[in-house]
Amino acid sequence: MEEYILIMRHQDGGKVASPEQLQAWMKQTMDWIGGIAAQNKFVSGTGLPFDTAKVVKHNNVVTNGPFGDIKETIGGFITVRANSVDEAVEFAKGCPVLQGEGNTVEVRKIAKGDGVH
Amino acid sequence: MSQELIPHLFRTEFRKITAVLCKHFGIEHLSVAEDIAGETFLSALETWPYKGIPENPVAWLYVVAKNKAKNQLHHQEIFSRKVAVQLTDSSGGADPDAVDLSEQNITDSQLQMLFAICHPSIPAAAQIGLALRILCGFGIEEIANAFLTNKETINKRLFRAREDLRVAKIPIEFPAPSEINKRLDAVLTTLYLLFSEGYYSESQDAVLREDLCAEAMRLTYQLIECEQTHLPQVDALYSLMCFHASRFPARKNSQGEIILYQDQDATLWDYGLISKGAFHLKEASRGSKLSRYHLEAGIAFWHTSRADTAEKWENILQLYNQLLQLEYSPIAALNRTYALSKARGKQEALDEAEKLKLTDNHYYFTLLGELYMGIDQRKAKENFQQAISLAKTKGDKHTLSKKLDALR
Repeated sequence: MEEYILIMRHQDGGKVASPEQLQAWMKQTMDWIGGIAAQNKFVSGTGLPFDTAKVVKHNNVVTNGPFGDIKETIGGFITVRANSVDEAVEFAKGCPVLQGEGNTVEVRKIAKGDGVH
Repeated sequence: MSQELIPHLFRTEFRKITAVLCKHFGIEHLSVAEDIAGETFLSALETWPYKGIPENPVAWLYVVAKNKAKNQLHHQEIFSRKVAVQLTDSSGGADPDAVDLSEQNITDSQLQMLFAICHPSIPAAAQIGLALRILCGFGIEEIANAFLTNKETINKRLFRAREDLRVAKIPIEFPAPSEINKRLDAVLTTLYLLFSEGYYSESQDAVLREDLCAEAMRLTYQLIECEQTHLPQVDALYSLMCFHASRFPARKNSQGEIILYQDQDATLWDYGLISKGAFHLKEASRGSKLSRYHLEAGIAFWHTSRADTAEKWENILQLYNQLLQLEYSPIAALNRTYALSKARGKQEALDEAEKLKLTDNHYYFTLLGELYMGIDQRKAKENFQQAISLAKTKGDKHTLSKKLDALR
């Protein structure tokens, strides 16, 4: 069993949606994660609030955001256990952020730190 | 008269005498402490029928226990200076006259024993056996009955457990304040298992099963009463126990068969316990640490109202979503899927259920059978048949057969 991180990239929902819509998204996200956890494949995860986000650049230049440059930024990630990258991709397909056009979930294997990966 | 009094006193006093003596002698002499406590009751049994019951039976027991402890130490000194030296070493001078059976020391000793027995280095099964024996004063036969095994097996298990305690040299003391949260986790796990042992026991002895739960609740309440251990997760666990225990009167029919939640007569639920549970759930909401007991108590709280509202099942679903992230268990996964069917419909739940693949678990096939009912009768039947072939108890097989018959 390998561990994979599913990185969600999307717009700042707070800017485009009503509180009711945000509430509905949250429930969907909880159900999505709950479904993975019910298969004992959930490891950890967190949302990443957009406010107070900073980017530190070359020469220690600090800016707000990364929002100036890209529309879709990292809004959260979860780590899952999966037998293969295909299984991890199946988990990713259920992610509610994919309902938004242009949003993505990137699937990456986590290095085991065993000197091989 | 003494026939009723002595068993009652045994249940309440054996554990107190054992805890105090064991703290006095050191954990490596646990079996000596148990023996002295046991012999104290034997003395009562031999004396009271002839000389009458003393005015203060408890005080009588304590005096006898102290004398026996004194004799024990004296004998050991004669027979083996080596043991006596060890005794002195382990307890910082075990002066027999100093056996302290004051109320305060009894309470402290019992709580400290609870922490010692629930030490993370002791296997869980051994912890529960020891807890029943030492902290609850259960007889070997009762423990054997609760675990559906024989006295010999329990004696062996307890012997091993005492050895584990001795070898690990676990001190009988309160954990340091910095350690209390971690150690308390292990204690709460044991109390949770102790309660579950009673709640889900296959034993036919209903009184015994309820006793087990009552003892788990009593020990948990001791933690609430002690300032150092009165933490939110303790309230949460106690609340959970209250909600579950409130359904005791409605859970079984006169033949001892389990009555499923949806078929229970809600007027038989104990509403006193339900409001007690609600009180402690509120108490548990202070602080910021969310334990599995908070989530499980929350789920149990929603189950205390039987009306099938959307709000109820949405809340239960979300609580299970959180619980599974905190700690996976097959039963939580199955219950989560059932809640999903109630909140989002059977088809969505079926899609999720098929992914669980808990194919050695009869509850899994029971759930699939329930979900397929009304959608695909043939598959519903197949799953119930599969569940019956995997069910371990006659009671479960019987309940499932009734469901299957209802489909024909």
